[in-house]
Order: sequence, then structure tokens, then C-alpha cells
Amino acid sequence: MMTINELTHKLGLKIITEIPKKMEKKVTGVYTCDLLSHAMAKINEGDVWITIHTNLNVVAVASLTDCACVIIPENIEIDKQTIERASEKEVVFLSSEKSAAVLCYEILKLIKD
Amino acid sequence: MKYWVDLHIHTCLSPCAEDDMTPNNIVNMALIKGLDIIAVTDHNSARNLEAVIEVGNRQGLLVIPGMELCTAEEIHLVCLFPALEQARTFENLVYSNLYPIENREDIFGPQILMDHEDNVIGKETRLLSGACKLDVETAIKEVRRLDGVVIPAHIDRQSYSMLNTLGTIPSEYFFKYLELSKNCSIDKFLNENPSLGPYYYIHSSDAHFLGDILEQEVSLDLNDRTIESLLGLLR
Repeated sequence: MMTINELTHKLGLKIITEIPKKMEKKVTGVYTCDLLSHAMAKINEGDVWITIHTNLNVVAVASLTDCACVIIPENIEIDKQTIERASEKEVVFLSSEKSAAVLCYEILKLIKD
Repeated sequence: MKYWVDLHIHTCLSPCAEDDMTPNNIVNMALIKGLDIIAVTDHNSARNLEAVIEVGNRQGLLVIPGMELCTAEEIHLVCLFPALEQARTFENLVYSNLYPIENREDIFGPQILMDHEDNVIGKETRLLSGACKLDVETAIKEVRRLDGVVIPAHIDRQSYSMLNTLGTIPSEYFFKYLELSKNCSIDKFLNENPSLGPYYYIHSSDAHFLGDILEQEVSLDLNDRTIESLLGLLR
């Protein structure tokens, strides 16, 4: 079983909000969707959620669903207030230069191994 | 005659708005700022409209019954209605299309219902700030059937904007006005989006805090200060 910490290292992700106690949380799945209402209904606890949105509502959806962490793909710039809110609400935000599709593929492979 | 307006204001019913966005605070702040007409546009609900309209009538401020609808595509539309009755009819449709998600006050904030004396008369338990199942096309059709007006909200923004989500403002929706957020420069916006030149533009505050409500910044030329004249211009 992989932790957020291991995932971060294996995929070379950039840590945007480091929440030490959350970094050992287990990653059990991956989900990607940019429609927040849909994501809210579908993300399972322990999922990595990949979305291109970087607004405050992402933090709310991540808290509500108790996902493992959020990954922002393609080096998309993240709103400053989102980073602040994520730190406050203890939501791990990571970022990557890769696309959502590539990230899903790599995460699923890691989970399977 | 020129009237000062702010056609996009939230009350404490919207979970993301401050608790002091009460009917009396909003009306009094709008009057202090010198506005003549405001529209109250809570997320997916019309339940605090009656209270704000009543305070407006008492204090001499025209309050337009409105709603900021979040469509299935997660596009925000400012919907303005000729009277409370039509806003409520539309609200019934919206409520029957809300996803069955309960509000979590610790995450989204409280959804407070108030009367015209700012007494708390209840709380809305269904989450109002998310998408409903109505798509843009159906929503526009229904609002217009009720003689209302639809204005795509804050199209310059990244989130919940028709331009960002659809990549365009489809001409078949026949909008007359498009809304830009408070600090968006119209010249800069049109430079970046030259195809949107033929539309009329209105800046609104999208106020979630009392201080956000516009000063005398946006005016409309109307024959008189009535809902009919305002909607007639925007339609």
C-alpha cells in the first residue's frame, strides 16, 4: 500500500501544501473529473483527485470527500488563496507537469504493483 | 434617467456569504453607497428575497428578485424576474433539480433564512452552492418563459464562467448583456475576446461581504425606476 509521501517521490510531484501528518496517509485509488458536483459525488475516501481547477471550491470538495490528496496537472498555476485555505483545512495539494491522463495511468500502475 | 445599480448581491442564505449579509444590512449599505436599484441573487434559491424586497420597499430601494443559478455544466447565470412570484416558480423547478446533498456548515458555511427584521427564521439544509441538474439551455428557456432575464455571470473569471467552461458565448442563446466582475477592465477583456464585441456589458459586485457592494460605479439609463423598465432594457 502506497502513502502520499511515496507517491510524491515516485512521480516526482511538487508539494504545494505539506501537511506532515497527512503524508503517511494511504492512497487507495485515483479519480479525475473537473465537474465539481460530479467529483463531489464520486470521489472515494483515499483517492487521489486530479483536477485542473484551482479555486477555493476544490478545497471544499477535497475536505468533504476526504480524498488522500489533490494533484493539479500540467503545472497549472494555483490561486494563492486556495493554497492558504488548503493549508488551513489540511488538504495536501501536489502539482505535476504531466497531464491528468498520464498521472492516472502512472498512479494506477503504482497501486496495482 | 440615470440610476445606480448593483445587480448581483448575495445574502447570508448563500453559504459562502458572510453572516452579516442580512436584509437590513444589505439595503442600508446599498443606500449609503448611493445605489438606486439592486438585485438579490443567492445561489439556487429565492428564499431570502421576500425579506430584502420588504426592507427595500420600506427604505426606498428597488430590489429586483433574482437568483444566481449554477447549471449542470457548473456555469453561473444571473436570473432576474419581474416579481417574487416568478422567482418562486423558478425556485420550485431548481429545488426539484438539486442534488440530494446536505449542506455541511463546517465546510461550506451556514445558509441562513431571515425575515424583514433580520430575525433568523430557519436554515436551508440542502447544499445550495453546487450545480443543479438543469442545463444551460433549459434554464434559459424557463427563465424567459417566466418573463425573466438571464445574464451569464462573471464571464471573465476562471470558475463557473460560461466563457471559460464552454469556451464561447453561444450566439443561439441570444444574450443581450454579459456580466463582468467588479475589477475587470472591459477594454482589456475585449482585446482578449474580440468576437464578444457586439454584446452589452454590465459590471456587478457579486458581493459576499457588505463592503463589496458597488458604490456609484455602474449606471443604467431607464425611463423610470421600475422592474419593468430595468428588465426591458436588459432583455
